[in-house]
Amino acid sequence: MISLEEFKRSFKVALWFMFLTFPLLVIKVNPIERTVLWKWENMAFVGIGAFILSVLIRAFFIQKERSRNSSKNKRRFGYIGDEPLVQFILREPKYLYPLSGGVLIFALLFPALFDTYQTNIMTTALMYVVLGLGLNIVVGLAGLLDLGYVAFYLVGAYSYALLNYHFDIGFWMALPIGAMLAALFGIVLGFPVLRLRGDYLAIVTLGFGEIIRLVMENWNAFSHGPSGISNIPRPGFFGMDLSLDSAILYIYYLVVALVIITIFVVNRLQDSRLGRAWIALREDEIACQAMGIDKTKTKLTAFALGATWAGLVGVIFAAKTTFINPASFTFLESAIILSIVVLGGMGSILGVIFGALVLILLPEYLRVFSEYRMLAFGGILVVMMVFRPQGLIANVRRTYQFKKSTKGGDS
Amino acid sequence: MEYFIELFLSGLTRGSIYALIALGYTMVYGIIGLINFAHGDIYMIGAFTSFIVATVLSIYGFPMLSIIVLAGLAAAVWASAYGYTIEKLAYRPLRHAPRLSPLISAIGMSIFLQNYVLLAQTSDFLPFPELIPEFDFIEPYAHVVGSAEIVILITTALAMILLTLVIKFTRMGKAMRATSQDRMMAMLTGINVDRVISTTFIIGSTLAALGGLLIASHIGQINFYIGFIAGIKAFTAAVLGGIGSIPGAVLGGFVLGLTESFATGYVSSDYEDVFAFSLLVLILIFKPSGILGRAEIQKV
Amino acid sequence: MGEQILNVTGLSMHFGGIHAVDQVDLDINQGEIVALIGPNGAGKTTFFNCLTGIYNPTFGDITLHRSGKKPARLNGLKPNQVTTKGMARTFQNIRLFHNMTVLENVMIGRHCRTSSFIAGAIFRTKHNRREENEIIEKSYSILEKVGLEKYVNDHASNLSYGAQRRLEIARALATDPFLLLLDEPAAGMNPQETKQLDELICRIRDDGLAILLIEHDMKLVMSISDRIFVMDYGKKIAQGTPLEVRENPAVIKAYLGE
Repeated sequence: MISLEEFKRSFKVALWFMFLTFPLLVIKVNPIERTVLWKWENMAFVGIGAFILSVLIRAFFIQKERSRNSSKNKRRFGYIGDEPLVQFILREPKYLYPLSGGVLIFALLFPALFDTYQTNIMTTALMYVVLGLGLNIVVGLAGLLDLGYVAFYLVGAYSYALLNYHFDIGFWMALPIGAMLAALFGIVLGFPVLRLRGDYLAIVTLGFGEIIRLVMENWNAFSHGPSGISNIPRPGFFGMDLSLDSAILYIYYLVVALVIITIFVVNRLQDSRLGRAWIALREDEIACQAMGIDKTKTKLTAFALGATWAGLVGVIFAAKTTFINPASFTFLESAIILSIVVLGGMGSILGVIFGALVLILLPEYLRVFSEYRMLAFGGILVVMMVFRPQGLIANVRRTYQFKKSTKGGDS
Repeated sequence: MEYFIELFLSGLTRGSIYALIALGYTMVYGIIGLINFAHGDIYMIGAFTSFIVATVLSIYGFPMLSIIVLAGLAAAVWASAYGYTIEKLAYRPLRHAPRLSPLISAIGMSIFLQNYVLLAQTSDFLPFPELIPEFDFIEPYAHVVGSAEIVILITTALAMILLTLVIKFTRMGKAMRATSQDRMMAMLTGINVDRVISTTFIIGSTLAALGGLLIASHIGQINFYIGFIAGIKAFTAAVLGGIGSIPGAVLGGFVLGLTESFATGYVSSDYEDVFAFSLLVLILIFKPSGILGRAEIQKV
Repeated sequence: MGEQILNVTGLSMHFGGIHAVDQVDLDINQGEIVALIGPNGAGKTTFFNCLTGIYNPTFGDITLHRSGKKPARLNGLKPNQVTTKGMARTFQNIRLFHNMTVLENVMIGRHCRTSSFIAGAIFRTKHNRREENEIIEKSYSILEKVGLEKYVNDHASNLSYGAQRRLEIARALATDPFLLLLDEPAAGMNPQETKQLDELICRIRDDGLAILLIEHDMKLVMSISDRIFVMDYGKKIAQGTPLEVRENPAVIKAYLGE
């Protein structure tokens, strides 16, 4: 087990963190009333917490070291033979089909099983699934770290809101227009920036995202400024106006349909000629070009496709909340979507779905923790990068079966 | 003309703060090639620590001079402690990971620190005690320049001179320069690269904390979010001057500060942050090597 | 010997004041194995990079001659355009797509000879499925040719060093080139692997491709090359058959010093 030496080290770590968090966690001043509140209990919490965590991490690494040394073919939890359970299920149609059928039936029956409030939350979570899958094309497959993804979401939402405000254009018309405008934005922004190196690209996209939001906040004549646009109509059902409850139901099914379409499309894309080019580009840009792949065109396609999905969800978001303002589209929103992709597993569809459901639903149901939401999102990015960069459910490459070709040469 | 001088001086003041933070970005980038996204939040933590210490001491009736010294010291100590810890926890394990991994980790760290301060303290703006006294000799020029601005300019100038001396003449400075040129070779010649990197984070964090203290007492209020915008702007300054280059960061800071000051003074103040972001985007697209940086030659 | 397919005249590449490649002429004929040799730092790889579009040469002309087509100038084309024109390369420091399977690596090479795009990928039309099947079959047969067919579904990073080098060649072959440029293909190989490589290069030549290779393994170079060009300090110092080059005093001086 863990030696005394290790405990001593954990003790030092605990002391260090007690020192580190001392002024910010322990002292609370009120500069107006000129009073000081000393919260020593926080220091105790930090000390105990840091000690336990440090011991656990040490134990984890010792265990890992030991299991690497001991026999390899021991049964591991969550594994069938050599491959993880999840991959095994994905590979075997006889498990995959009934399972996904079951999930689909559950999704369709969800509003009947739970109340409107729950349905509403689920709709939000599913919207993040689509956003995550869209960003996954850009970040996960093509390896372009886009920190301004929310800008395209904004374009979608504002296209519907403004087109409706000025020209009375309905939801179904606005949906393709919003998606197309977002894609167009993706191409226009992407063209100058996509030749930049990875980390610069990340910062430039972040800059673009913030510029668009700040412009929306200040250009009152165009966007109604910080007060935003209200009274955006919910989607109509063949010209009928729906009651609030049925409108929520309607949007829920709409989003479920969108999720299914997105999964279908992304799944087909990633095993296609284009998808392979994205992944190759992510792996090695120079080799990729030497193989005759047009770097700019391939990157732009990924960027524009990712933006399209953000645009679609943007339109739905505007229709769902009936009110939008620039405050919904801050950098933190991009960071949330990025956390979803990173937690789930870059490039993995199932992972992203899982990531979105966990990160959006958990804070909703565990209200106690909801104020720690953003703290957790930040922590997740760090912890995942350090301990499991491939995400919870890693992406697996497709395999092909061949019979030995007897002709040799060219067949 | 007076308005011009006023804008010029306020631009210089801003610029020197940007330069102080930009130095941290540029030094870290020069040594490990990472955009330390959480650096702006180190600056925020420096400002917050000095706020807490200064307020507590002033409530307990300490004399002004001791408050200034202790608040500055506390800011430097804790900011560098955070900088050191962050490097060890979030960046060191990723030293051989693909280039984007530490950047994502840094973004996570930045969000984490912001929310940590938000939860530990408050989301409101807090009034920062006035630490810099009004000098009498400045009275006749009070309409163009305040004593705070003078103090900021002199302090940053001193800090930069000190930094230059450290990097030029000390053993650690030499080790830092060697590591930034070729980390592997530095390691082979017996330089403890881990220590060099830690020192770089500590120096960068101290400078950021100094900037945090100065600007907070100048503007008079702080909250948990000041690090994000300041960080982006300082990063802009670093890129503008040529990331990795120390004189470049200082130059970039002044150019950005003056640009912002004149743009808001003569054009419009609504779009203050848009100017900085646009400048950032334009430099990265058209001249990513900056004013003093060298262009990278692609090796195959 | 076949007709001339590539003609390089006066090629120069300057980085600031450094003349990495200085006034180099070179030509390659159909079905020929040409070697480019020289001491380290002679500018061979830079010359390669100019040819394949990674650098845009400062001066000089690179002209492509294909039978039945007008001569085409390659200067300033992007790397992917050069590959599409029919010149494929490998890299001195192996650059595979490590997280893709061996087969997928080769399939990437088919990219520039196929056309399906977004709509094709989503709707999987008949044309598309046929194209995809062709890509897979062709890639597999190339893997058979280089002897890697048992590793189709393995990750490229799991291959041995020599196998990785052969996979790079397979990937380049998948782009249907008429000229293959190999940058130190035998570097780091053991004698057994080098021998296999020797055979593979000859087999590729017998299929009608021309080959330009940079190599330090003199035994390999002397045994398979039809002609050799020698560079030193950015300049071409000699050219000719292996026998001629071996006797050339300038070459001996470049390699052994005064």
